[in-house]
Order: sequence, then C-alpha cells, then structure tokens
Amino acid sequence: MPEISHYQVKTLTIDGKEVCASEHQTILEVARENNIDIPTLCYFNGLNGVGACRLCLVEVKGNNKLLPACVTQAQEGMEVTAHSPQLHEYRKLIIELLLTERSHVCAVCVSSGHCELQSLAQKLGVNHVTLPYLHEQCKADGSHRHFVADHNRCVLCTRCMRVCDEIEGAHTWDITGRGIRSRMITDMGEPWGDSETCTNCGKCVSVCPVGALVEKGKAVAEMTKPNFLPYLIQMRGKGQ
Amino acid sequence: MDKARIATLWLDGCSGCHMSLLDIDERLLDIASAIELVFSPLVDNKEFPENVDLTLVEGALANEEDIEKIKMVRARTKLLVALGDCAVTGNVPAMRNNFVLADVLHRGYVDNATANCGPPVHEVPQLEPKVIPLHELVAVDLFVPGCPPSADLIFFVLSEVLAGRIPDLSTRSHFGN
Repeated sequence: MPEISHYQVKTLTIDGKEVCASEHQTILEVARENNIDIPTLCYFNGLNGVGACRLCLVEVKGNNKLLPACVTQAQEGMEVTAHSPQLHEYRKLIIELLLTERSHVCAVCVSSGHCELQSLAQKLGVNHVTLPYLHEQCKADGSHRHFVADHNRCVLCTRCMRVCDEIEGAHTWDITGRGIRSRMITDMGEPWGDSETCTNCGKCVSVCPVGALVEKGKAVAEMTKPNFLPYLIQMRGKGQ
Repeated sequence: MDKARIATLWLDGCSGCHMSLLDIDERLLDIASAIELVFSPLVDNKEFPENVDLTLVEGALANEEDIEKIKMVRARTKLLVALGDCAVTGNVPAMRNNFVLADVLHRGYVDNATANCGPPVHEVPQLEPKVIPLHELVAVDLFVPGCPPSADLIFFVLSEVLAGRIPDLSTRSHFGN
C-alpha cells in the first residue's frame, strides 16, 4: 500500500482573489505569498505569532468576529476580506491608540526613519491623532552596558520576549501587568544590567520595531536595525 | 485675479518650520507673485487681519497667549494649516506634559538658575498646564506633519492650495524628520 499523504492544499479567497494554502499556513502567510499586503506590527517572520497588535485583523465570511491574520490558519473555502474601508479605519485607530498611549516623539527618537510605527502611520494615512494623548511617564532603563530600554516608546509587541525565548533561549524578557499597565520587564523586574539570564546578544534590540530597545550612544535617527533573523532561519533550515 | 491672502503664525515651536518655508528658495519668487503675505514673523504687520485665505501655523499651544491667538486666527482664516509636528502632535514642546508644570518651572528657574531665581510672572504669557496640538482646541483644515516638513512639501502644499486644490499628503509626509 502506498503511504497516504496528509498534505493537503486548501483553496480560499482573499479580497476576491483565489489563492492556495498549504497545511498550517496562516492567512497572513498566504496573503503575503500572493502580494496582498496586510499591515502588521507585532508579527516577525521567524517568531511565533501572538496576535498582539491587532493590525492584521481581517473579516472572514460567516464569522461575526474579526480575526488576526497572523495566527488564523487558512481553511478550505474561506472568504477573507483583508481590505475594506472599515478595516482601514480600525487599523488607523490602532495606530492612533499606540501613539497616544506612550510618548512617541519622532523628532527626537533615535529610530526615526527606521521605525515601523512611524512608517505604518504614514502608510495608513495617520497624519494626526484624534484622541487625547495620555502623557504618562514611563521609565527608561540604561543599566545595560550596550543597550537602553526606553519604555516610553514601547508598543508591547513582545517581539523582544519571543526572540529571547524562542531563538536565544534565554527568556530574559517578559511582560508584567495587564492592559494599559502592561510593561516589558527583564528577569523578575530587575534592571536589565543586573540580569543574570541576559546573554548580551542584542537580538531583542534587532527585532524591536520602534525606538524602545536601542544601542547606547546613538543620536536622532541613527539607530538602524540589522536584519539578521531571515539569515538565521535560512541557516537553521540547512541544518547548520 | 486677486492675490491669495496668506499668513503664517509662530506659536510654541523652534522656528524650524519657518526656516523650511524659506528653504523653498528661488521658488518663493513664483509664490510671491501669486500671494499677499498679510501677517507673518517674516513681515512687519502687527495686527492679524480679517479675511485671510490660508494661515500656516507652526508650533503647539503652550500658553494663554497661544490660546487667544489661535482662536482669533481661526475665526479670520478660511484654510487653517497645522504646519509641522508641534502644531500637529505637540511634539517636543509637549514632552513637558509628562511632568507637573510647577516641577518643570522649578527645574528651569530654581534648580538650574544662578540669579533671579523663580519663574517669570510679569510681561510673559503664563504657561498652560498641558501643551496641546492645534486641533484639540480649534478646527484644522490640513495637517502637514514633519519636523520640519521639507521645503518641497511646503512648496507642494502652497502650490496645490493656490491652484484651488486640497493637497493629498498621504504618501509625502510623515512624523519626524
């Protein structure tokens, strides 16, 4: 008897376009393969998806809830709407909420020009914020030898936590508090420089989409992030 | 054809947006022939006139005088443009909002002062507790983010408005520099 293959190709539509998905592919992965651009902020290719930022929310026909494309598996016969005027408004609102929650001052940020929040705001047409700014003072932790964590610029995407856990295996970063009081922490809330688990590898800094985790000594717009994860995944795929 | 009546206003900002306006360079000559600059830090008029077609406003609202000015300017302007990040978001001037105003004044005028200690109370407008962008107080017709908006962007805005169009800046401008 020939071995029965469990590999199954699924067909679905995204914005009316017929697309194919292999098993375990998410809606986001399928969309990107087909050049359908769904905006994301917390998603990082190579890390597990968490659906934290909600920018990739899509409509699926027959489901009365919006679903995050980055963690929703493509299914046979799905009819996905990734772009609609209403989804666009929701995405703009998410960017506005992020801009009001902490202190994102592009003019004095080391990551200006290399910041995913800044470029998403432009891409989605957020040219001003209609909600009141909270102006809450967060701490900045400069205790690490090489890096600074400025929580005033954090968007709680948890990329730092995931890369530290899933790739580096140190799990120095975690999250404390709930809702608007959530904060990224190192170890049990100790200063980063006192962390016993941090290996100083800098992967968290590399994947931070904004100016929250940066190298010391950078001036405005000087902080560029190396794109090392695709290389790492490629090397792992080759068994090296 | 009547020339467009244009004004510019400088509130709580660094004047960088006005510098960027001047950086339009020789193209200013093209604009100058089509407009009448009726009020600006760059001209000598003391009173903000009535019936202004377009006002470019640089800076956030930070003190009681800014508040009075913007209300008056709004009432006398057809198209009010928030020019630059301070007018659009509060930007650097609004960074003091993370602190209590009294502490900020104390830091500047007592902790770090060596003479005449204490915040000024005469002849300068009193600061508001919070710095706000223009649209939190008055209606804004066009947002031009940037710190500063580039000379090319400002030229584009002026050219479009003079041609009777509201410019679409979605792909041309972003927060920061």
